[in-house]
Amino acid sequence: MSAQTLYDKLWNSHVVRQEADGTALIYIDRHLVHEVTSPQAFEGLKLAGRKLWRSASILAVADHNVPTAGRAAGIVDPIARLQVETLDSNCAEFGVNEFRMSDVRQGIVHVIGPEQGATLPGMTVVCGDSHTSTHGAFAALAFGIGTSEVEHVMATQCLLMKKSKAMQVVVEGALGKGVTAKDIALAVIGRIGTAGGTGYAIEFAGSTIRGLSMEGRMTLCNMAIEAGARAGMIAADDTTINYLKGRPFAPQGEVWNKAVAYWRTLHSDDGAQFDAAIKLDAAQIKPQVTWGTSPEMVVAVDGLVPDPAAMGDAVKREGAERALQYMGLKANTPITEIKIDKVFIGSCTNARIEDMRAAAAVAKGKHIAPNVKLAMVVPGSGLVKQQAEREGLDKIFIAAGFEWRDPGCSMCLAMNDDRLSPGERCASTSNRNFEGRQGPGGRTHLVSPEMAAAAAIAGHFVDVSKW
Amino acid sequence: MQKFTVLDGLVMPLDRANVDTDAIIPKQFLKSIKRSGFGPNAFDEWRYLDHGEPGMDNSKRILNPDFVMNQPRYHGAQILLARENFGCGSSREHAPWALEDYGFRVIIAPSFADIFFNNCFKNGLLPIRLAAEQVDALFKAVEAAPGYRLQVDLERQSITAPDGTAYKFEVEAFRKHCLLNGLDDIGLTLQHVGEIRAFEAKHRAAQPWLSA
Repeated sequence: MSAQTLYDKLWNSHVVRQEADGTALIYIDRHLVHEVTSPQAFEGLKLAGRKLWRSASILAVADHNVPTAGRAAGIVDPIARLQVETLDSNCAEFGVNEFRMSDVRQGIVHVIGPEQGATLPGMTVVCGDSHTSTHGAFAALAFGIGTSEVEHVMATQCLLMKKSKAMQVVVEGALGKGVTAKDIALAVIGRIGTAGGTGYAIEFAGSTIRGLSMEGRMTLCNMAIEAGARAGMIAADDTTINYLKGRPFAPQGEVWNKAVAYWRTLHSDDGAQFDAAIKLDAAQIKPQVTWGTSPEMVVAVDGLVPDPAAMGDAVKREGAERALQYMGLKANTPITEIKIDKVFIGSCTNARIEDMRAAAAVAKGKHIAPNVKLAMVVPGSGLVKQQAEREGLDKIFIAAGFEWRDPGCSMCLAMNDDRLSPGERCASTSNRNFEGRQGPGGRTHLVSPEMAAAAAIAGHFVDVSKW
Repeated sequence: MQKFTVLDGLVMPLDRANVDTDAIIPKQFLKSIKRSGFGPNAFDEWRYLDHGEPGMDNSKRILNPDFVMNQPRYHGAQILLARENFGCGSSREHAPWALEDYGFRVIIAPSFADIFFNNCFKNGLLPIRLAAEQVDALFKAVEAAPGYRLQVDLERQSITAPDGTAYKFEVEAFRKHCLLNGLDDIGLTLQHVGEIRAFEAKHRAAQPWLSA
């Protein structure tokens, strides 16, 4: 057999049947469900009198709408409360395993899946959420779907889809001080654009990627969708296997050994062909900061806000002008002169234990600047929170003036009460800087946890590589 | 799902690239557990000058006169003309629900984000990719002629402009078949229950840890 990419292997091992035009029926191993994109799917099943094909494939959790403070009082917003209660009642009715809001295992769906070992190498993983690409860090084929597809998977355990093209992103060498997986992700998006990966599944490879922890790999794959790719993935290796060992949903004993033997085959073969390939030198990547309203509008922290007048393409120039106006920024301003009002450390991109540790290391023994109105740290799950507290990270954050919250999506998309007011500027470890994403009129700058913590202390962006 | 065959419709231009699904339908409206009623909040932050929340009477809100959707010449538009990477960002199907509920049946752009593109077909909405130069020409034509309409014929995979210019477009055979006939995907897939069961048995035997 000819050399296969990791994507080929994952795809081929899940094809149930194929139509003449190449549309395939793909079997889905793991279905993660949250409260926002599932109620209409459950309703559709009920209306059609259909059952779940395999309820054990589903793990459900409420994350988008949950409060991150005063949780004992429940959800105040009646519409949000109804949505979470609807998830609870649907899961009870259909026999779905759900971590409820009071459960210590509750958290952001893309944090808890891997944390529980519910995401395993070789799986197809779907969720009604675009950041499902996160799970590809485990050599899984993982991608976001819409609600109609959520219902389709519930009823048939399959999805109708066509195979994407394959892109390889190779990063080689050692990362500099203060440079993280988040900076790699933003640098890749800056290079290929938010539509650069459209129609592709991206495999991240190279020595830099092999050197990343699972947390870092998840951060990177999480943002594959911001480059336009539905799926991002990384080959399985010792790091993957060591992370999974002993997790509640991971296999044990003899089955574990058998699984590991299979997982070790989940990499692209030597000589495998990709439809596109790009290469980055890790040493050239600096801490990144977005300046506009699309993740591709990004520069290194030692750079300047770009000048739209210097942009040749008319659509790009108009987009940049509109973005600068929305962001309240002037061309050629040094990034380090941009002052911030709020800081958000959290989200499915950067709310894992390593992110908490990295931010705490920067904040330790210091205090947030007087112009920073709110700096909040929102751990990705109850278990991340517990672990962080065992390590005393909560105390470091609180002493430094940060708020230490309960787990959820929080101000990444501001569906709950955590949001920016119009005009407020935020250093955020989340994944999208779209207009209004963190609250109407809010201005988002995407950065790593280290960069966000440093910005909170300084009151403006600073280069953590020189911190 | 409603069928799509031929549409003769008014065109509304939305001249900006990278229109994301947060812009198409802001997050506060995603709290709904229903599938319908999102049309009045399509492009909410651009369309109204005040801040929208679920449950508001949208007919009493202040419209942004500069937003294209509020210009009388585009009222009743069924074809949305857009730029690169339309529908990027979140997988929320509320975005195509909102566009469809507003009255759009066709979106023409040089490129679409994958998940949004896929979601459109599940809702009787036809996303059409044309070359950037063709889209550019259409933007100019719409701007120049109030009441500009296009005829979209899915069977023939062709768009016809008022001056007779025809634009051919590509659509995957399977998606075309489903849209032309208004077929329910789930019903189609369930015709292959035997094959799914056989695959599942083989898959579980090979990877027993997956059945946990």
